[in-house]
Amino acid sequence: MRLNVPISVGWGRFFTRWDVLAVLLILGLLVFLSEASRHLLQPLAELQRQPVSLNPANLPEYAARTTLRMLIAMALSLLFTFTYATLAAKSHRAERLLVPLLDILQSVPILGFISITVVFFMALAPGRVLGAEFAAIFAIFTSQAWNMAFSFYQSLRTVPTELVEASRNFRLSPWMSFWRVDVPFAMPQLIWNMMMSMSGSWFFVVASEAISVGNTTITLPGVGSYIALAIEHRDLAAVGYAIVTMLIVILIYDQLLFRPLVAWADRFRFEQEPGVLAPHSWVLNVLRRSRLVDRLVRPFASFWRRLLLARWSKRAEPVVREPDRQHGWVTFQWAAIVCALAAVALWQVARFVTEYISLSDVAIALLLGLATLSRIVVLIALATIIWVPIGVWVGTRPHVAEKVQPVAQFLAAFPANLLFPIAVSAIVVWRLDPNIWLSPLMILGTQWYILFNVVAGASAIPAELRAAGVNFRVRGWLWWRRIALPAVLPYYVTGAITASGGSWNASIVAEVASWGDERLQAYGLGAYIARQTEAGDFHRIVLGIAVMSFYVVLINRTFWRPLYLYAERKFRLG
Amino acid sequence: MSTALLDIHALRQTFPKADGGELLVLDGIELQLVQGQIVGLLGRTGSGKSTLLRAIAGLMRPSGGTITYLGQPVLAPAPGIAMVFQGFALFPWLTVLENVQLGLEALGLPETEIRQRALAAIDLIGLDGYESAYPRELSGGMRQRVGFARALVVHPNILLMDEPFSALDVLTAETLRTDFLELWSDGKLPIKGVLLVTHNIEEAVLMCDRILLFSSNPGRIIREIAVELKQPRNRLDPHFRDLVEKIYVAMTARTATPPRVGAVATSIDTILPRVSANLLSGFIETLAAEPYSGKADLPVIAELLHMEADDLFPVSDALQMLNLVEVEGGDIKITETGKQFVEAGTDDRKKIFQRQLLSYVPLAAHIRRVLQERANHVAPKSRFFDELEDHMGHDDVEQTLRSVTAWARYAEVFAYDDDSQTFSLENPT
Repeated sequence: MRLNVPISVGWGRFFTRWDVLAVLLILGLLVFLSEASRHLLQPLAELQRQPVSLNPANLPEYAARTTLRMLIAMALSLLFTFTYATLAAKSHRAERLLVPLLDILQSVPILGFISITVVFFMALAPGRVLGAEFAAIFAIFTSQAWNMAFSFYQSLRTVPTELVEASRNFRLSPWMSFWRVDVPFAMPQLIWNMMMSMSGSWFFVVASEAISVGNTTITLPGVGSYIALAIEHRDLAAVGYAIVTMLIVILIYDQLLFRPLVAWADRFRFEQEPGVLAPHSWVLNVLRRSRLVDRLVRPFASFWRRLLLARWSKRAEPVVREPDRQHGWVTFQWAAIVCALAAVALWQVARFVTEYISLSDVAIALLLGLATLSRIVVLIALATIIWVPIGVWVGTRPHVAEKVQPVAQFLAAFPANLLFPIAVSAIVVWRLDPNIWLSPLMILGTQWYILFNVVAGASAIPAELRAAGVNFRVRGWLWWRRIALPAVLPYYVTGAITASGGSWNASIVAEVASWGDERLQAYGLGAYIARQTEAGDFHRIVLGIAVMSFYVVLINRTFWRPLYLYAERKFRLG
Repeated sequence: MSTALLDIHALRQTFPKADGGELLVLDGIELQLVQGQIVGLLGRTGSGKSTLLRAIAGLMRPSGGTITYLGQPVLAPAPGIAMVFQGFALFPWLTVLENVQLGLEALGLPETEIRQRALAAIDLIGLDGYESAYPRELSGGMRQRVGFARALVVHPNILLMDEPFSALDVLTAETLRTDFLELWSDGKLPIKGVLLVTHNIEEAVLMCDRILLFSSNPGRIIREIAVELKQPRNRLDPHFRDLVEKIYVAMTARTATPPRVGAVATSIDTILPRVSANLLSGFIETLAAEPYSGKADLPVIAELLHMEADDLFPVSDALQMLNLVEVEGGDIKITETGKQFVEAGTDDRKKIFQRQLLSYVPLAAHIRRVLQERANHVAPKSRFFDELEDHMGHDDVEQTLRSVTAWARYAEVFAYDDDSQTFSLENPT
């Protein structure tokens, strides 16, 4: 299975007016939230700090709380996926706006965004702790939802025509065909994306459980705040405990949740790739064979069947997605709503820009962005040089690949903060330049996307091609140039896109590192956003986020997109 | 007199083209299905017969004309019209039983009745013992049986079959046909009429009471043939052979008109069949050799080469277009040039092919002329693509350009570079 590429890379035209609208709407929303948050900030200053202790005995409880947050966020992400993506896939009208919107959302650095949403949610909720919980869950949600929604949308668009026709022919209600056709078809890809989201969201757990905005400090009991506290107190042992806890939680997730899910979802796979072993899960086997579980599940299954059979709507529609007819009134309403939203967003943004942002601010942010950009370019190049050969080596040896994949997945979940102690100490002791030596932290979690995509690409090289290579004695550099590299290129590009997008996001954490009182900063946009967050300067946070999103979208469209299309066209096997 | 289950009048179907125009796929279709009949819709690829079936199933709305089922216009999938698909269209995540039950669940029947009827259909169609299997565990033939059971279980009045046997191997297809016909003749099937889309001429004669022949681009009914042979029919029966021959003649007659000396008239906007130069050479060599010695009966050569009509016609069309063969009255005959082509060596063959291509395929000559006129002898594919798209649909343009490129490459008339998507006169040296 492969990662999704962002919409701007794989889809549609270079830049359309709908993109402009999407950018505008998201900017408008950001500005609105930041304005709201700014006014709400004061009364929250007295918030009681939740005492988090470094006693490892508390870790199981913290782990449970963190896990619960992640699960709730996952449930919300699923809900979002099923509604947003379905709407985008089923309605031409909605699709035109929703898809570009998702693309821009994918490019917004969520870490920068957290401060704004935290304050906003805390003010919304009646109980303060509850508000902070909401905020944390929302932050985790934003790190999980987009790629899931996009994967689901893509699946819905590719349900085989004959299956759709069959479901129409047998007059399944839209409700029934959603659950019986669309969801099952999308399931394998969706579960894969859920796993990726879960890995990715660890990064945000750490950032969202303990956050300081201005003089408000929010600390929710959890693994994330435990790590933050350990770093503040320079407690190396505690950092170690946290790492072990994370490892255990990730293992439990894998064994109890994702492995059974993957094994169960195997039956939804539409075409069976030859030579791929069906995934197994001991948990699923136990569940399937247990009579007790069977008896417990039966009433729910029966209820679910009945729910499926419910006819929520009367009549099946013709299957063809008809071109937008000018249903005068509906079109008008839709246009009116879009225009109104756009106008409000435009007004918000315009007011914001004219009142609070000076040209020099923008120039500074753009320059800082260039600094971060050059770091990312160098890092991606380095990661490529290191991981592509290793990935190919691993991928052409299935028994090794089997063992490497889960390890890489765990490493992808590893938040950069956990390496702060080592990085900061090393830089201080050897008097290194933080501008250079903080950079590796940015790619710490994201380089693995390159590795496991290349592994996937290399293992997808057909045995016949490899045999032909051996037969014609293609060896050494020629083998790399003519066989290995072309075969993995489409996969590599997909991985590199994810890695580079993720690195932008990580720069917000990685360009500022602290270990106790030691604080190191690099010159870059990430550090800028982090600094403004601490200072509670919402205007500059928004500016930083906007500039960063701008860079991400720009790089996606001008660099990755042509490369991706080229690789797909030329080197796609089969 | 039996009553009409289905009545189609003046049906037209168009699809929007990229340039905003309309592509006519079906035109002036008149069709009646009465109780107790199997009606075959026979035509080549692109004759719109599958489109017609989908319109009847309520899966698309016709652009003009009416479809009336039991006196009611069909605007959406109607109860009582069930379909069997070419690619089976089974849900891979449902077991055989669940697949069969699906249509009944949609009807909102009580659970016990659903189960009872599904098991009965499974029993009828010979799927006993496979109830809990997933489609991927079944062979193609068994999968299509599930497709039949799933359609029959809803007790439809009309069964629509969209080339249901074409994805199966010859023997499996034959078994399934025979089983179906047996059940149908014995009145064991809960259906009143059948529409069968096929491009297999023998299959149509074997199964149908009436056969409607479709022309291509746009699809029109050009002929109706009644099959009055008794079931079970015997393929070796002379009457059976006569009918097959008659249909071959009818289906090739269209391309042979207007009658004129030499190749069939083509212009730039003729859709070129997708046939490789290799296949053309191979076929004409076979035709020139014993036992045919340059002249063959189309059904006979088709049978011996294991080609279905749908595979054969593009080859005969292309050869006829290049004036290497003549097709008339269901016979295919090699021309003088064709003989020279067969006898020539590799290089001379290329020369003959080049001459024929430039003289009889105007598109090839056109592309070459454009390339010669340009200073650098290079032209983008899009230039010709746009030009052709004024005359035909997107897929047809794609196919036509692929064919002309393949032939031109063989004849070394011009080259095509897929990376830059350009035609050129340069061949790599």
